[in-house]
Amino acid sequence: MQAAVIVFPGSNCDRDIAVALERASGQRPHMVWHKDSTVPEVDLIALPGGFSYGDYLRCGAIAAHSPVMRDVKARAQKGTAVLGICNGFQVLIESGLLPGGLLRNESLKYICKDVGLEVETHDSIFTRRYRNGQRVVFPIAHGDGNYFIDEDGRRRLEDEERIAFRYCDAMGQVTPEANPNGSVANIAGIYNRERNVLGMMPHPERLADPLLGGRDGAAMFDGLVEALA
Amino acid sequence: MSEPNPEITDALVAEHGLNAEEYARVLEILGRTPNLVELGIFSVMWSEHCSYKSSKKWLKTLPTDAPQVIQGPGENAGVIDIGDGQAAVFKMESHNHPSFIEPYQGAATGVGGILRDVFTMGARPVANLNALRFGDPGHPKTRHLVSGVVAGIGGYGNCVGVPTVAGEVNFHPAYNGNILVNAMTVGVAEADRIFYAKAHGAGNPVVYVGSKTGRDGIHGATMASASFDEDSAEKRPTVQVGDPFTEKLLIEACLELMATDAVVGIQDMGAAGLTSSSFEMASKGGSGVALNLDHVPVREDGMSAYEIMLSESQERMLMVLKPGREAEAKAIFDKWDLDFAIVGELTDSGRMVIQKGGEQVCDLPIDPLAEAAPEYDRPWESTPAQPDLTADQVPAHDPAQALQTLIACPDLCSRRWVWEQYDHMVGADTVQRPGGDAGMVRVHGTDKALAVTVDCTPRYVLADPVQGGRQAVAEAYRNITATGAQPLAITDNMNFGNPEKPRVMGQFVGACQGMGEACRALGTPVVSGNVSLYNETGETAILPTPAIGGVGLLDDLSKMATVAFKADDEAIVLIGETHGHLGQSLYLRELCGREDGPPPPVDLEAERRNGDFVRELIRGGWVTACHDLSDGGLLVALAEMAMAGDRGAAIQPPEQAAPHAWLFGEDQARYLVTAPQAGDILQAAQAAGVAAYALGRTGGPALKLAGGPSISLQRVRAAHEGWLPSFMSAAG
Repeated sequence: MQAAVIVFPGSNCDRDIAVALERASGQRPHMVWHKDSTVPEVDLIALPGGFSYGDYLRCGAIAAHSPVMRDVKARAQKGTAVLGICNGFQVLIESGLLPGGLLRNESLKYICKDVGLEVETHDSIFTRRYRNGQRVVFPIAHGDGNYFIDEDGRRRLEDEERIAFRYCDAMGQVTPEANPNGSVANIAGIYNRERNVLGMMPHPERLADPLLGGRDGAAMFDGLVEALA
Repeated sequence: MSEPNPEITDALVAEHGLNAEEYARVLEILGRTPNLVELGIFSVMWSEHCSYKSSKKWLKTLPTDAPQVIQGPGENAGVIDIGDGQAAVFKMESHNHPSFIEPYQGAATGVGGILRDVFTMGARPVANLNALRFGDPGHPKTRHLVSGVVAGIGGYGNCVGVPTVAGEVNFHPAYNGNILVNAMTVGVAEADRIFYAKAHGAGNPVVYVGSKTGRDGIHGATMASASFDEDSAEKRPTVQVGDPFTEKLLIEACLELMATDAVVGIQDMGAAGLTSSSFEMASKGGSGVALNLDHVPVREDGMSAYEIMLSESQERMLMVLKPGREAEAKAIFDKWDLDFAIVGELTDSGRMVIQKGGEQVCDLPIDPLAEAAPEYDRPWESTPAQPDLTADQVPAHDPAQALQTLIACPDLCSRRWVWEQYDHMVGADTVQRPGGDAGMVRVHGTDKALAVTVDCTPRYVLADPVQGGRQAVAEAYRNITATGAQPLAITDNMNFGNPEKPRVMGQFVGACQGMGEACRALGTPVVSGNVSLYNETGETAILPTPAIGGVGLLDDLSKMATVAFKADDEAIVLIGETHGHLGQSLYLRELCGREDGPPPPVDLEAERRNGDFVRELIRGGWVTACHDLSDGGLLVALAEMAMAGDRGAAIQPPEQAAPHAWLFGEDQARYLVTAPQAGDILQAAQAAGVAAYALGRTGGPALKLAGGPSISLQRVRAAHEGWLPSFMSAAG
């Protein structure tokens, strides 16, 4: 699997996702500068976490208008796999590739901690190595991860099985107490209709190495390699 | 526009913080009256903050040499060898006064400043730490200050993408009017690619990069060199505003440029901005400088030379390039959308000559300013010894109740509320997160890790500055040792009151003595540091707080130890001697409402011996968990290990000991370790001449004391985790 990682000014998880992808695929991803107008031919495009453009204006809003994003959108529409993590999720929403919005955390504080996630469906190139309903642990690290979508939108996501992950407690229950940021229906990650674009607030790349405290995230990258090899 | 040129009156000189004697020296050096720009430059360069005039004499007594030291104090940061051609670069610095006036920006720019000190040297920052001291939790400002400082540290560190992995937070009424915000950064560089703040080579271009210069922070260094009074809040305009996004770009652009060989010397513009960066670089390289301020990127029109030279706008660097490399360097800064301006060149005149608007606005000799700054031998008096305090002079409380109180007290409760606001994992190399003995960050792409910690017990330093100074260094040594890492060196952040008071100066002198003794005995020299004096409001000085930042190396990550109990029915062994020292203990303060007695004495030989022994146990794979004993003593440490491992323990204190002293005394040089069996460890300890005691075994849902109470772990955890969030969410 050949991947490309888009580097925006202020990206700070670009190296982390590149390490996790290389660990799974054995191939070093292309690091693509946001001012480039095209992305090389690749199987997966990753939009990393960080603070693109310092989160000025609105998280992800300025990055969504970077020169490179025109090609990212075109590729996504043609079916290339696109994974946006944290700030990358915010960029995907601001680009119109995914619906809804990401608001300030309900606590108004930045939160960095491990959270439980329920895998809603293994029917995607990203989650094929997980089981439906499996509880996994990924860290979150964000100040604006409070996913919002209106009632109709939420129903559509649910009907089309486009919710990738929901925040859950230690027993795997999706409860209000397990919701770290106030997201609608505990939503932590969603797909586009074609299921080739995934945006999520938690960081699978931060727990893909046992020395860091766990490797639940590794299955996502292994699954991608399997699907896109 | 021509420069304002007021008459230099005595009042104007005093406003610039120069005393009569210092001003006489200015006149002598110049042979004439300075103009306003020159007076401003003398003022900041000779401020306590920039010149270390009260502290230098004593700082010089600290050991700074060891085989692992590549660069000691005097540069932007210290540099130590961590093997394989790599180096760790680190320093700690205070941002106390600005953080009290404007907690979010004060703390944020403190983080920004210390990051620049480290990447200026060619190192990629890999870990941030901080040491925070706030006033009484009951004081009306405390909650606001905690909230703002923590948000500011997070706001800056999270955005630049450097994990904040360790720190300490204390509360004491002595900090009501003067909080302490000490920030530390650790970076990693190639040992043969370290960059220094030395400007040499007449004709070489002097280049300004980063943010534009505004009017913010003018005279910040002078503010940091005075006590607070009623009007301090009016100094808000002298607090700078940080932009971590620009800092992130600056890190990447500088490291990209440093990967070429175009840079001769580089220095960040910190306190006293363009003035101190240009003077220090020129002085260290024995050069002169010609600057043209018309080329400095400015944020607003009409800025005078005085304002440009003294501005403390953030995220700016000054560098000297090799001739002919300007275009290559500019292309890198253009790529990152950062300002890049050639503002002057080096000369061989030994003078700083500054032009603006076609006028010469400054002509000063460099060396007398930068190197011949005043140095004082301030009168000092030593702190009288506290009368002894024996266990029978201290009431014995029920141990269960005492633990429950201590584990929830502001100085021992969980700091989760704090560190969950810091991104402590970015970089995907954090192998020990906050909450343990030391933060640990893997050296990227290797199997080794740096163990980092900040420590100080100010109430010990107040009671006995020499023992307190020793203890701060020893605790940093223990925290690193408890992970299995070898302590290598320290940075210090000396926070004290007004040095013109002999009692305060005596605290400084005593702390330096104790620190120096400990550094020598434990093999951890001082490689960088910072001094913050005048932390006083009215007549109230802070507790003397020499915060120690320690760095150690674990060369094989597979050997790393953590504090958590790992399995049921393992032996728990106490390493080190327990005398039950209750003087200055948290037990005494929190249970008995007293802050008296001498602090625990620090036997440096025992520290070294026990530390070496514990590291050997960890590296040999003998132990499954390890924790150092400090605040709160043995039972608190045991509870921390139990909570981390989510399993209890049953312990057996020796029969002859007074339980309250034995369980809560704060004797030094001690660790708790666990292992499947105690036998081998006790035997090895005996052979090494180290005291060891088989304390009990792990397991169960509670902490059980033989012949005493059983304390539910669930209740301990609720108390431990509960205090800070409930304090911070309370109204008011």
